[in-house]
Amino acid sequence: MDAFAIFIQAMNGIQYGLLLFLVASGLTLIFGIMGVINIAHGSFYMIGAYLAWSLMGWLENFWFGLFVGVAAAFLLGLVLEWMFIRFLYDRDHLQQVLVTYGLILIFSELRSVIWGDDVHSVAIPALLDGSIQLTENLAYPIYRLWLSGVCVVIAILMYFGIQHTRLGMMIRAGESDREMTKALGINIGLVYRFIFALGVSLAAFSGMISAPISSVFPGMGSQVLIVSFVVVVIGGLGSIKGAMVAALLVGLIDTFGKVMSLDIFGINIFPEMAGMSIFALMALILIFRPQGIFGKEY
Amino acid sequence: MLNTLVKLTDLHAHYGLSHVLHGVNLEIKRGETVGLMGRNGMGKTTLIKCLLGLVSISSGEIQFREQNTKTLPTHTLARGGIAYVPEGRGIFKNLSVKENLILAARSGFEGRIEWTYDRVLDSFPRLKERLMHGGQQLSGGEQQMLSIGRALLTNPDLLILDEATEGLAPLIAQDIWGIIKVVQESGISALIVDKNFKAVSKISNRCVVMVKGKIVFDDVSPKLIEHPEALKNWLGV
Ligand SMILES: Nc1ncnc2c1ncn2[C@@H]1O[C@H](COP(=O)(O)OP(=O)(O)OP(=O)(O)O)[C@@H](O)[C@H]1O
Ligand SMILES: [Mg+2]
Repeated sequence: MDAFAIFIQAMNGIQYGLLLFLVASGLTLIFGIMGVINIAHGSFYMIGAYLAWSLMGWLENFWFGLFVGVAAAFLLGLVLEWMFIRFLYDRDHLQQVLVTYGLILIFSELRSVIWGDDVHSVAIPALLDGSIQLTENLAYPIYRLWLSGVCVVIAILMYFGIQHTRLGMMIRAGESDREMTKALGINIGLVYRFIFALGVSLAAFSGMISAPISSVFPGMGSQVLIVSFVVVVIGGLGSIKGAMVAALLVGLIDTFGKVMSLDIFGINIFPEMAGMSIFALMALILIFRPQGIFGKEY
Repeated sequence: MLNTLVKLTDLHAHYGLSHVLHGVNLEIKRGETVGLMGRNGMGKTTLIKCLLGLVSISSGEIQFREQNTKTLPTHTLARGGIAYVPEGRGIFKNLSVKENLILAARSGFEGRIEWTYDRVLDSFPRLKERLMHGGQQLSGGEQQMLSIGRALLTNPDLLILDEATEGLAPLIAQDIWGIIKVVQESGISALIVDKNFKAVSKISNRCVVMVKGKIVFDDVSPKLIEHPEALKNWLGV
């Protein structure tokens, strides 16, 4: 690979990592703040992608579709928290996994009923279609740049929100001492409902904006869930900073692994190794630093 | 004016199968300071948690401002004017001192504002020097000051202090009693749990003694000192 190709792959790796961050951050927040393991998180990503596909079709406007989709996901989050999740805060993790697994099955069936099992694609919005010419024969798609930018902005907003807003204070207080937070007059249940809905919207939003660069297919939720869990474990359960670092790490490893080649006995072993290497990294982290890179600081 | 703020009637509470409160009756009037005493494990903290809705009662009734609190969640009770300084202080360790305070600050029942951020800092000058420190960097005395200051910032009508001076050096404990005195003079009712029976009976209008989930003594404070043999049995002093 020459320098430009490496640069392009690095950009792709970072972009994939940032997108992973967006999904993983919701997962890690819901775990870190409410102590709930939500394995249905990937379903929201999948729902987001399918929503993007139908909304863009009906509304014929990417931006409006994005807005409607995120609002719908937020409402879905509020309802799900009220119907299921709020009963899980004081339960053990096994019960949380069972209930949210139930949600996966429900959403997967609903998806099949509503949208069918076909693979779809979503067009890149006209405004962001095209590429930036880097050299004579190398170009980088504008949409991917935009996507990375959006992820960075959301990451900054999230960090700022937790560290410097009143809501952020409530969240941190609730994590430190839930009873005391209530005893100060804070309706922590409402805060949690909001956070859960925010997490659902984030996952759906990630699914929506990634739809134009990947395809929309039934198994996309579980695929992203597994990688997101790897990210969350590497970064430290509950840590936003950790999710960012780990997501970039996983994004780069995965992307470079797929394009490198190393022939052994005429077989290129790298693509397979790449898939494995992130799990190997997770295993190493679990053995030597089980709390993750950043432990549980935001 | 001495009307009732809190009234507990025949309160029973359980943790799982263990029966902890066995029919507690207690009344706190407006502006009154009640001292609650008893040996370890007699149910004082449980009583407080029931009052705050943090532990659910098995039977009996709790009235706050003449309203049954049965269906009210903790945060609503707090907003109705109950402030809580728990045993172990309950400081948010991942928030700075300043954040601990401003998170709590609000006007009280019917919009009353007596305690402001500035007034709390003036009352606890030591906190002023530590505003940007994290909650976990404070000494025990500073933590208790923060916990009390935080409670006052909610502008309560009833301040509940569980183990008010536990683990504090005598001089610091004196500071805390001084603050409680100021609170008392401002007309806020208080329910104070502490092992120091002399200090409690001195500051309270009424003393209440609990033994095994029951109230065995409830009278004006000077009366308690007239019963040395009972004190020995109930409190081990
Ligand atoms: N969460 C709990 N689960 C089960 N039992 C509990 C729990 N909390 C307290 N108990 C038990 O209930 C009884 C009353 O406890 P409580 O904390 O109310 O007593 P206390 O008077 O505040 O004691 P102390 O002076 O030690 O603070 C004790 O026997 C205690 O062991
Ligand atoms: Mg106690």
